[in-house]
Amino acid sequence: MALIELKDIERVFQLGDSTVHALAQLNLSIAAGEYVAVMGPSGSGKSTLLNLLGLLDHPSSGTYRLEERDVTTLSPDEQAQVRSQRIGFVFQSFHLVPRLTAAENIALPMMLAGIPAKERALRVELALANFALEHRADHRPDQLSGGQRQRVAIARATIMQPALILADEPTGNLDRHTGDEVVHLLEGLNSSGVTLVVVTHDPALGARAKRQLIMEDGRLKQDSAHAPG
Amino acid sequence: MRLADTLRFARDAATGYPMRTTLSVLAMSIGVAAVVILTALGDGARRYVVGQFSSIGTNLVIVLPGRSGTGGFNPANAITSTPRDLSIDDAGALRRAPSVSRLAPLAVGTSEISFGGRLREVMVAGSTHEFLPIRNFELAQGQGLPDEDWNRGSPVAVIGATIREEMFGNTPAVGQLIRVGDRRLRVVGVLKSVGQGLGMNTDELVIIPVALAQAMFNSNTLFRILVEAKSREAIPEAKEQVMEILKQRHRGEEDVTVITQDAILATFDKLLGALTMGVAGIAAISLAVAGILVMNVMLVAVTQRTGEIGLLKALGATARTIRLAFLAEAAMLSTVGALVGYLLGQLGAFILRQVFPVFPAYPPDWAVIAGLGTALGTGLLFGVMPARRAARLDPVQALMKH
Repeated sequence: MALIELKDIERVFQLGDSTVHALAQLNLSIAAGEYVAVMGPSGSGKSTLLNLLGLLDHPSSGTYRLEERDVTTLSPDEQAQVRSQRIGFVFQSFHLVPRLTAAENIALPMMLAGIPAKERALRVELALANFALEHRADHRPDQLSGGQRQRVAIARATIMQPALILADEPTGNLDRHTGDEVVHLLEGLNSSGVTLVVVTHDPALGARAKRQLIMEDGRLKQDSAHAPG
Repeated sequence: MRLADTLRFARDAATGYPMRTTLSVLAMSIGVAAVVILTALGDGARRYVVGQFSSIGTNLVIVLPGRSGTGGFNPANAITSTPRDLSIDDAGALRRAPSVSRLAPLAVGTSEISFGGRLREVMVAGSTHEFLPIRNFELAQGQGLPDEDWNRGSPVAVIGATIREEMFGNTPAVGQLIRVGDRRLRVVGVLKSVGQGLGMNTDELVIIPVALAQAMFNSNTLFRILVEAKSREAIPEAKEQVMEILKQRHRGEEDVTVITQDAILATFDKLLGALTMGVAGIAAISLAVAGILVMNVMLVAVTQRTGEIGLLKALGATARTIRLAFLAEAAMLSTVGALVGYLLGQLGAFILRQVFPVFPAYPPDWAVIAGLGTALGTGLLFGVMPARRAARLDPVQALMKH
């Protein structure tokens, strides 16, 4: 079953007088449980693709079906609902709320979804244990190391048990060792059935994925799933 | 998002930026405190004046000689150039009026008082024995003027508290003979000290029989006639009857002015009430300024926290959730500001009352309610725009600013 189906996606930005095709004629299908790396030079449109997949951005034309549901026509609030329930984000610079503790950051998506405090506490406790953060629960982001911060971010991304995790350069701000830890965590999630899409510059990280998409000038230049030979 | 979570989130956001929060709370509290203190001052002034006026007596109708010029040109004025004076007999005739319970003629002048080599100038009031009860004066020692024929004028005097102290010191005053002008008078009573009243300082007053005062000042006119109506409801009738009797006695000419204490009171009440409102209006401007400041602070907050807003959207927050969170924060800032301002204002009014004990500087309820209401209202109103702006942010753009 295809989790993600993009059909004839175009994304056009208006920059002054010139129009920029960030994405053009994009057709893509990703099955549930896949591990996909999106690679390509800067400005190739891979971040735009990720934002589009995460419903943070709208295509100028074309259709995006997520779990066989056309999500391009949804209202902003319905899209927020889909983001809340089905999609988890992991960012290069972690994007933790600085005034909240690790536990509160992890609980944030549940709070926004209106889950009662009691259930939140239980699930946060479990997540802290799963990501080896038990002793960091009351620490604020500035009291955590880079690796710990990204672990908090991943715990937050998975706390709503989404079907899809979108990671934008998840190891970009980490050294090799902690970067590897984070990649292992994400791959562990993938092996438990979550679809993982990673945008990266790093060829080594990209090579670990089971499927590589190479972007160039807003087009899909190469898809290892349909590679010749 | 649940309400409790929204409130907690807003509170954490507010306390997360202490400088910004403190400044806007301060601005709002200064606005509310200004409303509370300024209206306390205005209303205190109103109460003070009204209180002073009430203390001169109850249900008073005051007759003064001459026509006060409210009726425009009066042909009678062209013929009789000077108004007819009020006489003791005029005052005596007013006793016939059915709505009048008691009355006192009043003649006023200045003279010298001396006792045991001490000498000073005093205000002398010539009246009758009913003057003290009508004016609500109380005696500290002795008794008032004797109840006698108004034209007789026994050689007695009732003196104010300050006069007693200055002339007699610690020795008893009642029974002593004093000299007022060219007369020797026996002190029969001393007034209780009441401090400054409107018009004259009663503590420095010497009260003598009206006939004696007229003889002393070599005139047979009266300064005022104080008439006490039988009840509050009887005041208009009393006024009419007084007017009618005097008109008859003065050959049909209305050459006196009759004013009621109620009318004066009402005028002052209205005047000073308007003053309070005006002051409250000025203070309300500071509240509006505070509201704009809260808006400014919230707009800065939206700009500062653009990245956070983008993140919240990515994590599934709806526009409504974000709007509510920012609105709750603005409401909290102005609520805390309003409460702090209310306490500051009450403290200020309290200090005012301590420093000026005679001045009843209590803020009126309507001002407190209006002040708090305006503070919360402007806080919310000016919070709407930043909240909407936050909710409308494009998540992609917002996230890039993180």
